[in-house]
Amino acid sequence: MSGWQTLFYKEILRFWKVGFQTVAAPIITAILYMMIFGHVLEDHVKVYDSVSYTAFLLPGLVMMSVLQNAFANSSSSLIQSKIMGNLVFLLLTPLSHRAWFVAYVGSSVVRGVAVGAGVMAVTWWFARTPFAYPLWILAFGVLGAALLGALGLIAGLWADKFDQMAAFQNFIIMPMTFLSGVFYSIHSLPPFWQQVSHLNPFLYMIDAFRYGFFGQSDTSPWLSLGLVSLALAAVSALALHLLRTGYKVRH
Amino acid sequence: MSAVSFRQVSKSYNTPKGSLRALDGVSFDIEPGEFFGLLGPNGAGKTTLISLLAGLAKASSGQVAVHGHDVQSDYAQARRLLGVVPQELVFDPFFSVRETLVIQSGYFGIRHNGAWIDELLEGLGLADKASANMRQLSGGMKRRVLVAQALVHKPPVIVLDEPTAGVDVELRQTLWQFVSQLNRQGSTVLLTTHYLEEAEALCGRIAMLKQGRVVALDSTAALLSRASASVLCFKTDGELPEAIRTAARITGRMVQLPAARAADVESWLARLRECGVPVEDVEIRKPDLEDVFLQVMEAHA
Repeated sequence: MSGWQTLFYKEILRFWKVGFQTVAAPIITAILYMMIFGHVLEDHVKVYDSVSYTAFLLPGLVMMSVLQNAFANSSSSLIQSKIMGNLVFLLLTPLSHRAWFVAYVGSSVVRGVAVGAGVMAVTWWFARTPFAYPLWILAFGVLGAALLGALGLIAGLWADKFDQMAAFQNFIIMPMTFLSGVFYSIHSLPPFWQQVSHLNPFLYMIDAFRYGFFGQSDTSPWLSLGLVSLALAAVSALALHLLRTGYKVRH
Repeated sequence: MSAVSFRQVSKSYNTPKGSLRALDGVSFDIEPGEFFGLLGPNGAGKTTLISLLAGLAKASSGQVAVHGHDVQSDYAQARRLLGVVPQELVFDPFFSVRETLVIQSGYFGIRHNGAWIDELLEGLGLADKASANMRQLSGGMKRRVLVAQALVHKPPVIVLDEPTAGVDVELRQTLWQFVSQLNRQGSTVLLTTHYLEEAEALCGRIAMLKQGRVVALDSTAALLSRASASVLCFKTDGELPEAIRTAARITGRMVQLPAARAADVESWLARLRECGVPVEDVEIRKPDLEDVFLQVMEAHA
């Protein structure tokens, strides 16, 4: 294996060894959401004409799990290595900044997609959804995971303490995922909040991911594809720059 | 070509109290195959110098190279030639000893490193711990793994940053046997330590740092011959007079006084007798590296 492949493999091994916490736990959380929100809101929330609320909720929950776990993977790995001090083993190697990027983001995509597939498989018992455009599902699953994996990388480099990391996660990532239309269609919101919602990049990922299932969405999937790709390019450029200059890890 | 070269290396850190100059125009070379010691009190800049060499920090000015490869512009090649044992006892709690070493090999693009890993485990007394998780190991065992990790890619230049701090006698002996063997086989070794008897026994050449500057750089033999005086050693339970206390190196009951001539020995002993200080286990020995170190540090105070 070349250097980046080893780091990629090691990062996958890292979350796999604590699979109860990194894979099983988020699947259980998603089932709880499905049971509670699906049960309570099934008869009260109207979304697309032909789609039950529980079926509508399913892709949103899958994507939310993908995004949150992709972020958690790179960010927690980096902050742990920084605080434990074992990041030095990587810093002493000839691995390039590109190798770091590919390995950390790649393993985040693997974890995000693995958890997403698990949530999908288990919630399938609650609701059956169509698979209108599987390629869109796959494309947005991977793109979204890569974007959040790269964001997690930046957060992991930036944060000096677990406290700062928790702030990043609880004050930025959590609200943005919860307010992105996982649990509702933004057309059910008053016009002002619809406008505000459109400023949330997570909205486009969830919406376009859902398009892959139902063949209908609030926003054109092509627009979403463009915006998400653009965001991924920008975030990746920043992450690569921070890695190349050794931001906060090489003094 | 030098194994390691430092050229006018300076490093400043920005602190809340202003700029702190950790290194100030350090220049010296280490030749291939040398066992080189880097000594100095805490805060002298030893670890900073090693961090620059290892690419863990960047010099504010000057050049650092490993076998001619600049550690910044040609970092990949420089790091391939360098094996660094960090000072802090760090480990990755997710993996076993063997996994740790296989992964570290992989970072350097080395596959199928099993034979060399076995040799490292054997040589460092880790063979029976190969499948133990890193968390289960004692401090000394973790230290051995750090050494093995630094050597997985067979680097020609080995850097040991205070490897024996807080380490028991057995590990010290295992470690020095193993590192000396690598040195005899041609590896260059750069060692920082506070144990001066280790440095005296192992290092052919020594640099002493103080406040970020090189204050002495010579072969160990030449440094030892610099010390002008022999040393009068004795043990006592008595109260030493002020004049003797300031001239002495005191470790518990053990007192050491410089004695350039035989007459000095007599005069020290006479003064002790006058003050009624009982002495035992009296001996006169040649100066050691610690005497030289203290003299050098005092001269640059």
